[in-house]
Amino acid sequence: MQNDDVIWDVIRHHHCSYMAKITTGIFCKNLYNVTGLCNRSSCPLANSRYATIRDHDGTDTFLFPFSCSAFSGGVFYLYMKTIERAHMPSKLWERVKLPRNYEKALETIDKHLEYWPKLLIHKIKQRLTKMTQYRIRMRKLQLKVREKIMTVPRKEKKREARREEKAEKAAVLDKSIEKELLERLKKGVYGDIYNYPIEAYNNVLEMEGLQPAVEEEEEPEIEYVEGYEDLEEEEDLEDFGGFGMEGLWNDDDHDDNDEAIQKTDVNQPNKKIRRSSSDSGNIDDKVASMKSKRKGNVLVEVPEDTPLFAEGIKLTYVADPAYAEEFKEYEEETEVVNRSLGNLFRCLVGENGKN
Amino acid sequence: MGGGKRRNPEKESPPPPPPGDGAVGVKEKKPKVLPSLIRNKEKRSQVYTKLKKEKRSEKRRQAKAREAAEKSALELGEEVPPPKKIPRTIENTREPDETVCKPDDEEFFAANEADEFTKVLKQGITPKILITTCRFNSTRGPAFIQELLSVIPNAHYYKRGTYELKKIIEYAKNKDFTSIVVVHTNQREPDALLVINLPDGPTAHFKLSNLVLRKDIKNHGNPTSHKPELVLNNFTTRLGNRVGRMIQALFPQEPHFRGRRVVTFHNQRDFIFFRHHRYIFEIKEKKNDSKDKKAKGALVKNTTQGRVIARLQECGPRFTLKLIGLQHGTFDTKGGEYEWVHKADMDTSRRRFFL
Repeated sequence: MQNDDVIWDVIRHHHCSYMAKITTGIFCKNLYNVTGLCNRSSCPLANSRYATIRDHDGTDTFLFPFSCSAFSGGVFYLYMKTIERAHMPSKLWERVKLPRNYEKALETIDKHLEYWPKLLIHKIKQRLTKMTQYRIRMRKLQLKVREKIMTVPRKEKKREARREEKAEKAAVLDKSIEKELLERLKKGVYGDIYNYPIEAYNNVLEMEGLQPAVEEEEEPEIEYVEGYEDLEEEEDLEDFGGFGMEGLWNDDDHDDNDEAIQKTDVNQPNKKIRRSSSDSGNIDDKVASMKSKRKGNVLVEVPEDTPLFAEGIKLTYVADPAYAEEFKEYEEETEVVNRSLGNLFRCLVGENGKN
Repeated sequence: MGGGKRRNPEKESPPPPPPGDGAVGVKEKKPKVLPSLIRNKEKRSQVYTKLKKEKRSEKRRQAKAREAAEKSALELGEEVPPPKKIPRTIENTREPDETVCKPDDEEFFAANEADEFTKVLKQGITPKILITTCRFNSTRGPAFIQELLSVIPNAHYYKRGTYELKKIIEYAKNKDFTSIVVVHTNQREPDALLVINLPDGPTAHFKLSNLVLRKDIKNHGNPTSHKPELVLNNFTTRLGNRVGRMIQALFPQEPHFRGRRVVTFHNQRDFIFFRHHRYIFEIKEKKNDSKDKKAKGALVKNTTQGRVIARLQECGPRFTLKLIGLQHGTFDTKGGEYEWVHKADMDTSRRRFFL
């Protein structure tokens, strides 16, 4: 008949489908197990008098897999089995609903399991404690907002990466940005900040017959004054002051190699450009230090004898009243045809040295 | 035998020249040697590179010949050579979208006036941005946020803590922020950006990819603190326009043109590429066709042929955004109403884009 020892012997030493052995211990997957371990005293199959607590509303998740009753909001039931009913498996487990209140539930357990072995009662009460604790925590967590992790199938990720790469190539970003900026310059969005020689400007307009703006040499720009401190100038100097110094020392060499350098090709590497365009003044230090993009973008090679400083051609920023003092020296210098750019540079360094 | 087999394909190449043909005939009749048939790696790669070189030079020759023919035809006043064929691109063959904004659409402009961004865009409220992260921020996240702080003027970073996003939104509203940007990290990389426009503005969820920090960019520049110019390219549809305005509302509306700083959001095939540059306008002299003119001697002439170009120096981070969803109202995934959400079944064709 129901010989618990025999059952236990067979289960433990031969095969039990509820047993789960992992590195940390042996566990029992049986739903009715009190402790969850695979023990002689915890095995619901090898003990004919047994009891558990389950937070379950009675429907079998195996039979009704889509019923979301696994977590039913935390109603606890006390399940008991006795040997008298061992021959009727479907009526084996007797179920008692436990009250929500923890103390009352303990009393109910005591009442129902009055003459049962102390060990079992103790284990059941421990289980009840644990379950109430996690029920409280689950409810608290439900109120909080938690991030839900969504997975993206690998195929999609790869597809997106591929498409992004192709889109980037199709976008030709540098060219489109440059085009946009030039368009804005054409439209006059920048106002009178930049002034260009009329001929070059005409080329911008591609001889469309539009009248370019009148070249203005010196004009106090009131619009863009606000918020300017000398900080702005100094930032530039700090950024590019270092380069300015470099350019000074390189420049003497380059004066000699004037002829040799000439116009280099568009695809020349960065270094050459930087050195050779460091001939100009402070603003053009920015030019000097602006290196080209690596992928053979259109570079400006500004050779030594660039028309920037030749007569009649000016590429200057219009002076602000705030800038007037800084720029005065520039204006004076640029009007003089100054071939020996080393002199120019020394003047500038002198200025910066004071700052 | 293996050696014999290997050598066979190579030896097959020069067949006996047909009788009566000159040297030219021999060349043309030579059957092509497929590099893939050669099993020796070194030899194969040699043959391949030679083949490529030949192809490239042939292409260049053809292009030159075409140009020369066009020029001569124009000069002589002969019939115009056939116009250049336009290659078919994905952008050319994009599926027509009825939501593309047309320039004469009154309702569109009216909608723009009445949307949530007009306060910042028209009425001159300076945008104030709150940048925060998801709960676990790691590795590249903080670096990225530092760079974002330098790109977006008037941006403030607050640590996330364990606050709920809705609470953060309330907090930000009280402190008069105009936008919140949440950088979400996944697997130690920032991978999503949530832009929430405040008081009850729309929430845009972007997927972030291909992040390159400033220090990883070669020849990068350092951004100043001038207000940047914005370039928003290719936001054509209504949805795209809305996203574009949302991005525009992150930046102040009076850029410092003197700062020469430009921030670009370029939309290409639904990928929004972010770039941050410093630019400068320069005059580039056109190359003279006759090579014996020295640059020096032809000074004045050169200046007349110069044209204005813009040069860019990249600074700041570089990343790509893709819109996942646009939600009406502030962040509320459970109860919010989505204006647009990307679903897998929207990708019916490769020519269909939404922004």
